[in-house]
Amino acid sequence: MAVSPLSTADVFFAMLRRDMRVARREAPFFLLRTAMQPLLLMIIFGYLLPKIGMLRGNYTATLLPGVLAMSLALSAVQSVALPMVAQFGFSKEIEDRLLAPIPSHLVALELVVAGTIQGVLAGLFVLPCGRLIMGPIPGLELSNFGQILGIMILGGAAFSALGLFIGCAINAQQIGLMFSSIISPMIFFGCTYYPWSSLDRVPFMKWAVLINPLVYVAEGMRGALTPTAPHMDLFVVSVALSVLLLIFWQLGRQAFLKRAIG
Amino acid sequence: MLWPTRYRASYIFAMPAVIETRALRKVYPAPPSRRAQPRGGPQFAPPAPRHTPVGARVSGGIAALDSLDLSVRQGEFFGLLGPNGAGKTTTIGILTTRVRATSGDAIVAGANVRTEDVAVRRRIGVVPQRPNPDRGLNVIENLLFHGAYFGLSRALAEQRAMALLDQFDITDKAYAKVDDLSGGQQQRLMIARALLHEPNVIFLDEPTVGLDPQARHALWDLLRQLHADGRTIVMTTHYMEEADELCDRLAIIDHGKLLACDTPAKLKAQAPGQTLIDLTLSGDVAPAVERCRAVPGVTAVDATGVVLRAYSERGSEAIPALIHACEDAGCRVENINLSKPSLETLFISLTGRKLD
Repeated sequence: MAVSPLSTADVFFAMLRRDMRVARREAPFFLLRTAMQPLLLMIIFGYLLPKIGMLRGNYTATLLPGVLAMSLALSAVQSVALPMVAQFGFSKEIEDRLLAPIPSHLVALELVVAGTIQGVLAGLFVLPCGRLIMGPIPGLELSNFGQILGIMILGGAAFSALGLFIGCAINAQQIGLMFSSIISPMIFFGCTYYPWSSLDRVPFMKWAVLINPLVYVAEGMRGALTPTAPHMDLFVVSVALSVLLLIFWQLGRQAFLKRAIG
Repeated sequence: MLWPTRYRASYIFAMPAVIETRALRKVYPAPPSRRAQPRGGPQFAPPAPRHTPVGARVSGGIAALDSLDLSVRQGEFFGLLGPNGAGKTTTIGILTTRVRATSGDAIVAGANVRTEDVAVRRRIGVVPQRPNPDRGLNVIENLLFHGAYFGLSRALAEQRAMALLDQFDITDKAYAKVDDLSGGQQQRLMIARALLHEPNVIFLDEPTVGLDPQARHALWDLLRQLHADGRTIVMTTHYMEEADELCDRLAIIDHGKLLACDTPAKLKAQAPGQTLIDLTLSGDVAPAVERCRAVPGVTAVDATGVVLRAYSERGSEAIPALIHACEDAGCRVENINLSKPSLETLFISLTGRKLD
């Protein structure tokens, strides 16, 4: 028989190859979309303000992990949510994959995996850029590469699962609302510009921000990149991110299947 | 599972059935926005978008499909004919595993759409109502990745893709962006994609909507050729002419119910009377209906709004007498329309309304 025996894994990886092909083609736009904001932040807060004496030089050690977490989260959310809104909303191009011989929830899983890869790549792109822009960063430790990658993957997966939920649950017309009402507060209250432990002086805020998934990615990146600076325990970070990943995956999967099967 | 073998259509007709449905029913929850609509209904509303529930209101929602039994044989060109909102797209949705039936069973290419959806998807090819190519990929990549989703080796997928592009006359666009294709070319790409994994059954949902007459006829030729190659084709349409031209057998559906199912020739033979005469009147139509019934050669008369509809056995000969009858009843005839016995006249007699 001409057709090779078909395993679910083959279909899954064919779809992953498709997403990587499209991502590679759109790489310049993708980087512009997700890395622009972090790069600008690093130029202003990590280079310009310390240079003109308005910020202490070692602020860069706080900023770098936070900005890294931010670009990771932004790109992971967007790389799943934006295509979902378009492909379920008007182009319907997801239908070819929904009609492939694979259970529909695995199509959703593939999207989350592709989003995670893109999030991690965006993070890995921003890291050397940060070092270049901000100069030597006090306490930066790159020897824990396993930890850095581990937190990135866990955080990327949680955020792309969140992107799946957002992309399937909201209408195309409300996509702008997603940025102003979900993403912006998440970034500002996400311990990206300040370590979580510094919120001791605002106890209410210290506990309230714990519902924000970005807090754990930022603190995790601090623990892995600048282990001598104050940060949340990496075990707590991993558990929190795993729980959030499971919750977002359940929500995202349900929202996806609701759109996929009428 | 399905009903006992001896009751299956495939057993009775001794022909292998590729699709069998039994008592298929789909009820969509009633959309809340309908309650907010003004009384009298949305008369000037735009056409309902795809997947918006249309159909008869039942308790608990809107029945888009109501107890549908169908049987499609191997190698048959089968048409689902009905106006917009009849339940055609819902039927295709259920048979292609994209819509879950509320109740009932359907077997497609030997697998149950509810419990063996992956097996069904492996054996079918689907051409959507509106072309939905993968816009992140170019033309040939659309075919190659589709092949990969169906387990084809790269070499085999390439070989088949090139052959299909050649057959469908879009070889020169192989490396073009899909957005650079015309509507007709995109539709042909969709058919090529649906054929790439050599499915047992091909589903086409209103494939010629939005195509100009030339592209439509080119597509008909293509579909005839696929049928001649022995493929089983299921197509929905609301064009009578298309159904009559292409299909071996037709199911006429309205409000989610099967009204008739037979060959186009036999269906046409069932059309009442020989000619349908529509008279648009001004004045009270009711007395005119009574008088027209008495006209010799007229078999049946009914009225919808200001249009009086007479079925005549003597063709246009009955027209003068009908005009007299209407004038005697105090009506003025403003327009007359004649239709030869056709699927259209049968459809009108079955449903009381025109197709489009």
